[in-house]
Amino acid sequence: MTSTTPALEATGISKSFPGVKALENVELRLYPGTVTALIGENGAGKSTLVKILTGVYTPDSGSIALNGTSIVIPDAESAFRQGITATHQETVLFDELTVMENIFLGHPITGRFGLLDWRAMRARAREILAELEVDLDPDMRLRDLAIARKHLVAIARALSIDARIVIMDEPTASLSHKEVEELYSIVGKLKREGKAILFISHKFEEIFRIADEYAVFRDGRSVGSGRVAEATASRLISLMVGRTVDQVFPKVRVPLGETVFAVEDLSHPTEFADISFSLQKGEILGFYGLVGSGRSEIMQALFGVTRPSAGRIALSGKAITIRKPADAVDAGIVYVPEERQRAGAILPLPVFENMTLPSLHRITRRGFLDLAREFDLARKYATRLDLRASSLSQEVGTLSGGNQQKVVIGKWLATEPRVIILDEPTKGIDVGSKAAVHAFMGELVAQGLAVIMVSSELPEILGMSDRVVVMREGRMAGVFERAGLTAETLVAAATGNVAVEAA
Amino acid sequence: MRLNRDALFGALVFVLIAVVGVIRPSFVWPQNLVGLFNDTAVLVMLALAQMTVILTKCIDLSVAANIALTGVLVSEANAAFPGVPVPLIMLLAAGIGLLLGAFNGAMVWLVGIPSIVVTLGTLSIYRGLAFVASGGTSIVGHQMSPAFISLPREELLGLPMMSWFAIVVIAIFAVALRGTRTGRAFYAAGGNPTAAVYTGIDVGRTQFVAFCVSGTVAGFCGYLWATRFSIANVDMANGFELDVIASCVIGGVSISGGIGTVAGAVLGAIFFGVVRNALPVVYISPFWQLAVSGGAILAAVIINSGREKRAGRLILKEAAAS
Repeated sequence: MTSTTPALEATGISKSFPGVKALENVELRLYPGTVTALIGENGAGKSTLVKILTGVYTPDSGSIALNGTSIVIPDAESAFRQGITATHQETVLFDELTVMENIFLGHPITGRFGLLDWRAMRARAREILAELEVDLDPDMRLRDLAIARKHLVAIARALSIDARIVIMDEPTASLSHKEVEELYSIVGKLKREGKAILFISHKFEEIFRIADEYAVFRDGRSVGSGRVAEATASRLISLMVGRTVDQVFPKVRVPLGETVFAVEDLSHPTEFADISFSLQKGEILGFYGLVGSGRSEIMQALFGVTRPSAGRIALSGKAITIRKPADAVDAGIVYVPEERQRAGAILPLPVFENMTLPSLHRITRRGFLDLAREFDLARKYATRLDLRASSLSQEVGTLSGGNQQKVVIGKWLATEPRVIILDEPTKGIDVGSKAAVHAFMGELVAQGLAVIMVSSELPEILGMSDRVVVMREGRMAGVFERAGLTAETLVAAATGNVAVEAA
Repeated sequence: MRLNRDALFGALVFVLIAVVGVIRPSFVWPQNLVGLFNDTAVLVMLALAQMTVILTKCIDLSVAANIALTGVLVSEANAAFPGVPVPLIMLLAAGIGLLLGAFNGAMVWLVGIPSIVVTLGTLSIYRGLAFVASGGTSIVGHQMSPAFISLPREELLGLPMMSWFAIVVIAIFAVALRGTRTGRAFYAAGGNPTAAVYTGIDVGRTQFVAFCVSGTVAGFCGYLWATRFSIANVDMANGFELDVIASCVIGGVSISGGIGTVAGAVLGAIFFGVVRNALPVVYISPFWQLAVSGGAILAAVIINSGREKRAGRLILKEAAAS
């Protein structure tokens, strides 16, 4: 089935971003008529490679060949013209345009005088959709379509340029069971037409069902590839996670105190259901799961950003109601969100104003802020967190990522909380700042705080947590004690691989 | 860094006044400069109020219409009940303005309509109501009570009351914006709305408060406007909202929210006033005055945004050097 010349061959690809090596010398081969599954943890470098293949990023080094001929992909349009096309996890189509317009955007069929030939495009769109055996009206507006149908439009768009390489980035992540079946049959059709397909997925059952080949990335390197038929789930998992622990985690052994925080049967109409857990004084509770498994959504509900539809929350045994973030802050629950830039710091404001923003009520006297006390408060936490800034009046936007993170954490500590929720606390920050954040978490629990840590990084979860809640598709897939916990167990639970879980 | 920029801009305004002074020495006579500030007082107050709204990522286009409606209503009240003390009239003006601003704010907060759309609508509504209230006629000086007209002109320590009002308003904004929780909330809500929500700040409510502030100041200025020209009718302050917004932009208030200082907005308004007042003095033809003052505004904005860009490049250089 695999021909000798790969349809696409990427060799020695490296790409760094400031402070991070995203890809290091990775390899990937795609063959005509073959589905290759690309597997790896969040942050393993899969998306970076997709972006290189589709011309969004240029690699620092390495070469890409199409059918044995070396090519360069300077921009997205060039990737498209050379027959490489990708459908993204969240479709990047235009909601206000019709199906037909979306299919032909950027490469319209033109007639006389360079005018658009709508009739020809409509006919061609019908043809392509019929080929896919999809019943879709080319004149439908895209926003009227369900998410699964939008994926089909993206695929139709790929076919309209006669793409040879089709990249599908977690195409089934948001589809129902029936829609997934429909997608599988289309993948099968593309395969028979001789397209080379790169299929990115976290779900082992679908990898075993539709992929012929696999390639595994870990920490930006290729760590294994081969035929799916010769692989087992446990083999793939150990490739994914089997890294040496090159970080020492400063796990502080704190005697656990009384239960401070308890959540019972928390549910949300669309995001998660039946979430129950408790948190003890001095405990770090890890929340592990794939991206989109509902972890952040639960935290947002606990913090009052969104409203759960059912469930009870108790703080030190007393039931509380959280309707808005201010309620949560008042109760002593704080949330350090994942996206620092978007939801963390207020970049144009100086460090001290950011630090004291949620604590202003404590430094207000007769309606006016006491600036001296404000500076004292800000200085206290800047010193405690070893913040590197020229002065407390420096704008937060001019600080490095790690220091911005410290400002956000400092801002919350200044409210003297009882429960602190850290969402991906070390994502995208340099190693030094990471260690500082980890050490600080140890200090927090030593002082009797309870910490919830949402993280996609297995070493961090394993190294820092006392217990780990694993989420899968909006539900709890298990709660695991620290003792004897392995990366394999967590990944198996998160991906729903029962065979490994039992082993 | 922020203070630096305001100081630079202040120097620019000073140089501008000096240059005009060289061409026409009478321009820089103290009494002329006092007059200049007095003429700009309303613009200064409105620029500060507008800045509050812009800080929260909104805009208030209805301020001039608010002036017209409030001006007409308080002038009619004065004509009908000349015995009512003027301070009470000023409170009434601020109160009417507050109601009009609160309506804008409620539409933005509770109904969730973008502020530019809301105030584009109320701009017409408020001016339309001024037309209805005035019946299409003007309330002129001799219908108003002498105290009503003269209060803003009365002098205290050599400055007209009009200027003192502006100074008091500047002081209130200077203290309130940096020294109260609500003031901080304006900056936070516009600087990063998502982060503000996570900090427990209700962004919508903060925007509502900003519109109330803007409306209150506009209403108060409605009274001042009526006394200044001794006339109140539907055409009062027509198009003045654009001067107010231009003053903010010149003064370095970021239209995308979260950035702006009291000093910047005040200087922006004064720059605007100087340009408008200086052009006739330096013999620029009346035909050209509008175009030239527009050009000066653009130049000020370009200089301001150019400075912002340079600051960005410095950061990149630092990163490359380390």
